[in-house]
Amino acid sequence: MTNKIVSETAIQPSALSRWIKSISLTSMAPLIALIVLLILSAMVSDHFLIPRNLTNVLRQVSYTGIIALGMTFLIIAGGIDLSVGSMLALVGVLVIMILNHLGDGWMAVMIAISAAMALGAFFGAINGWLTTKGKITAFVATLATMSIFRSFTLYISDAGEMVSRNNLYSDVGTGYFLGLPVPVWVFLILAIIGHILLRHTAYGRHLCAVGSNPKVASYSAINVSKVYFLSFIILGFTVGISAVMLSSRLNSISPGDAGLFYELDAIAAVVIGGTALSGGKGTIWGTVIGAIILGIINNMLNLSGVSPYLQGAVKGFVILIAVLMQYKRAQ
Amino acid sequence: MNLFKKMGKLALGAILLTTFASQSAIAAKYKVGVSVPSADHGWTAGLLWWANKAVADFKKSDDDVEFYVVAASSGSKQVGDVEDLMIRGIDALVILPLNPATLQNVINEAYDSDIYTVVVDRELETPSQNVFIAGDNAGLGTVSGKWLAKELKEKGNIVVIEGMPIPINKQRVDAFDAEIAKHKGIKILDSQTADWSTQKALAVMENFLQKHPKIDAVWCQDDDMLKGVLQAIKESGRTDIKTVLGGAGSKDIYKMIKDNNPVVRASVTYPPSMVASGIALAVAGLKNEKVGKMYHTSPSRVILAAELVDKHNVDAFYTPESAY
Repeated sequence: MTNKIVSETAIQPSALSRWIKSISLTSMAPLIALIVLLILSAMVSDHFLIPRNLTNVLRQVSYTGIIALGMTFLIIAGGIDLSVGSMLALVGVLVIMILNHLGDGWMAVMIAISAAMALGAFFGAINGWLTTKGKITAFVATLATMSIFRSFTLYISDAGEMVSRNNLYSDVGTGYFLGLPVPVWVFLILAIIGHILLRHTAYGRHLCAVGSNPKVASYSAINVSKVYFLSFIILGFTVGISAVMLSSRLNSISPGDAGLFYELDAIAAVVIGGTALSGGKGTIWGTVIGAIILGIINNMLNLSGVSPYLQGAVKGFVILIAVLMQYKRAQ
Repeated sequence: MNLFKKMGKLALGAILLTTFASQSAIAAKYKVGVSVPSADHGWTAGLLWWANKAVADFKKSDDDVEFYVVAASSGSKQVGDVEDLMIRGIDALVILPLNPATLQNVINEAYDSDIYTVVVDRELETPSQNVFIAGDNAGLGTVSGKWLAKELKEKGNIVVIEGMPIPINKQRVDAFDAEIAKHKGIKILDSQTADWSTQKALAVMENFLQKHPKIDAVWCQDDDMLKGVLQAIKESGRTDIKTVLGGAGSKDIYKMIKDNNPVVRASVTYPPSMVASGIALAVAGLKNEKVGKMYHTSPSRVILAAELVDKHNVDAFYTPESAY
């Protein structure tokens, strides 16, 4: 008896330290990469640390960052959504149509924003319905809706740019609060809500269970398709919010190019943040860091005058290095 | 793993080297930022080539001006590019906005903070610039329509392949349609968009060839798309199409005109070199210099004529080393 206790206490600290070690190395990798990148950027360009530049970068990343938050949920659940960029354009065009129909005033803006969230959640639900009820793989279903959403966007807008006639709408996306742009606040607040939802609720635990092994999850009385479906709705909701932030910053939306390749940036942010594409585990704060890393790379390359043709290659290399670092640590 | 480490270090080293190299330039008196769309078709590739050529030329003649050239793949990315240029403290901005409405807010911000702003090619809804320089889009449509009507001897069937569905395209097509409407014997069979892409134009032309048994001429307003059209005609083996007309003026099409191609006999200019002139206008504006031998300094609008290029004048336009 005493022997057993002794051996248990002897094992405890080593297990704990091993746990701490594994946590700090695998999940700190994105943070370390971010810090390295910050130092590098500050060295390379005198302009990088100007406060206005930092808030610009944060605002630039907030659009894909907000989507990446929702994408984290879906990827943890084992899914993927390629339609988010087209969905953003579709919601954006619809929001500006609603806004121009309602006219001036804050009331119109509030209704339009609520409509954007509802529309985003609705389009997300379509994707969710196709994958859970229609039994189509998420990759294929959202590949199809990517095309459908973009096509509808072009059709209803007649492929012309939609400009908001509301005099207050652009205040949402261009405004500042306590020194930070409004879209950045929205991004950070949503990140906190997302973190709580993922870490401290039953839904978050179910999501991880579904992602790591749906069969086992369903034996544990988890409604797998409901959990999966909900993650599509969460993602759609974040796309709706992102559409508001982007279209109000620009006071317009261009149906042909709004949200183009946002799905790739959002997925890249999630992956750089340490979430496994195979599902089951991941963190919200990792995604936030991943999104910021992508934004800083872009900004640093612009500020330091790297040839525009090379920028994509540098971005790709950094994604590869970030993922390789995590892969190595995880081993 | 060691190999990856080395590769990573190598990549980082390369980045640092290029950046330090560009940083080491002596502080210049004027900074000019140039923001263009990245090369999604031949014309925009030509744009970047001409922007870089102008920068290289000015480096030789005006060493007190420093240039930053950035290219964006989407309108919202271009907004970020302009924000970054403003952070670098530019005195002048030369911009070809991917989508005018998307860029409107950020160009306002630049113009309002006393940056000498030159907008190229695509006009803003609310003017917010010192100079606007562009080609003549409506003129391109009219000149093309007149030439085709003359070549067809006022009689025949035309198919039209349009560019990207943006206002520029509409101005060209509307002017072309208005001109063709004056010639009663000529009929437009079909009109579809192919985004100024060679590959899409090939597909659209293949469909047209299936759908219409008798086509006399093709108008596709862009020489890149014309290459796709020619390929589709060649593959189909059809001989009824005697005349094709592109536009904008690419070096490959100029070469065909020079070589007396029986089907390709002309092009209408819409030169990507307008961005180079835009840069020249920005430098002149910053230094308050007169434009050419004119008696004035800063014009507010410069519209470059749409010129018909055929075998008589092609030598003046042919630039073999250009990217377009």
